[in-house]
Amino acid sequence: MKIVIINYGAGNIQSIKFALKRLGVEAILTDNETEIRKADKVIFPGVGEASSAMQKLKASGLDKVIPTLKQPVLGICLGMQLLCNASEEGNTKGLGVFDVEVVRFSNEVKVPQIGWNQISNLKSSLFKDISEKEFMYLVHSFYAPLCEGTIATTEYGIQYSSALQKGNFYGVQFHPEKSSTAGEQILKKFLEL
Amino acid sequence: MLCKRIIPCLDIKNGRTVKGINFLDLRDAGDPVELAKFYSENGADELVFLDISATEERRKTLAKLVLGVAETINIPFTVGGGISSVEDVENLLNNGADKVSINSSAVKNPQLINELASRFGSQCIVVAIDAKQIDGNWKVHLVGGKLPTELDLFEWAKEMEQRGAGEILFTSMDHDGTKNGFANEALAKLSKELNIPIIASGGAGNMQHFADSFVEGKADAALAASVFHFKEIDIIELKKELQTQGIPMRL
Repeated sequence: MKIVIINYGAGNIQSIKFALKRLGVEAILTDNETEIRKADKVIFPGVGEASSAMQKLKASGLDKVIPTLKQPVLGICLGMQLLCNASEEGNTKGLGVFDVEVVRFSNEVKVPQIGWNQISNLKSSLFKDISEKEFMYLVHSFYAPLCEGTIATTEYGIQYSSALQKGNFYGVQFHPEKSSTAGEQILKKFLEL
Repeated sequence: MLCKRIIPCLDIKNGRTVKGINFLDLRDAGDPVELAKFYSENGADELVFLDISATEERRKTLAKLVLGVAETINIPFTVGGGISSVEDVENLLNNGADKVSINSSAVKNPQLINELASRFGSQCIVVAIDAKQIDGNWKVHLVGGKLPTELDLFEWAKEMEQRGAGEILFTSMDHDGTKNGFANEALAKLSKELNIPIIASGGAGNMQHFADSFVEGKADAALAASVFHFKEIDIIELKKELQTQGIPMRL
């Protein structure tokens, strides 16, 4: 099985690579379109600020490649947010896969949300064997509101989408690579899709 | 509901843990990777590594250690100690650190926090502040609490938030090492005046101290070293106790 992690200079790629390695899979880091299209599974990571990450995607032409991928794609954290229509962060136009606009948490809660929170209303084969209210590690200031594509919800002042799905595209707001054994289980399920 | 976090802190010198670690069930108590693995499998929500080495080799040694930790554990970790430039941070994050903790360099060059936040995002920038009370006022100290500054803890923390810090790690020098509990009044004030997470540090001696830091101190996370390293407190038992007191914990 060929697993590609899209390398566009935004994100803690090392952690995802190591998490997959613990599952016995050697992932390839690349920004090469041919390599990405040939992969069985694609992981689209991202940490940092939305508009600068989107600029990097545009600079490499990956903004055109990613939405047209046919194999299972997993966007993680900012990767998930960039797959949405738009983000309030840096007034950024997204890749338009998930039909929802990412907005900032209100100041009623501490921003960023940092730490372990629960995922509920699990609706995807990605969460097979994961129990309701399992804990995942999250670090973010912006979130996707509940929408048609919501496959997991989390409560932080409001209920929001902690995971999204549309066809072959999956997105998780949490970091499965940093969420202990439960997170590893989700990565494993993604590899088995 | 977002859980409160329990964070063991490991002091590192020349790639090895220092200060006593009294774990009979580890092959090599000085190996930070092995200790990190133990904690990640035994209830820790996050780890902090504080590098106190002062050798020429420190950058290389630390980067290698960070890579080894990232390869092994599946929970987030922060690295601090002597980080003073964008290059330092880039090097650590590229090797797999989730967050970096900046202390003295922020005082010497506050603009560094703006640069780091815009380059890497606030979520990975922790500003560590050591402070103690002088004539009733909390003053920021440097060099592990030895060098006093004119900076007021609360004003400084606020400035750090405005410049882009994602979290504040506040160590009370008055409480550190006493095992008499955390500086809950100052913690609660920080939590009220800032809108980013506050990590309590300094003073943990028993389980109730952790509960107090969350309830009275309104802290989002609590950090400790020796009570965990000497197994005076078991993290899973601690978290169970805190949960029975109504504090949200990941168990």
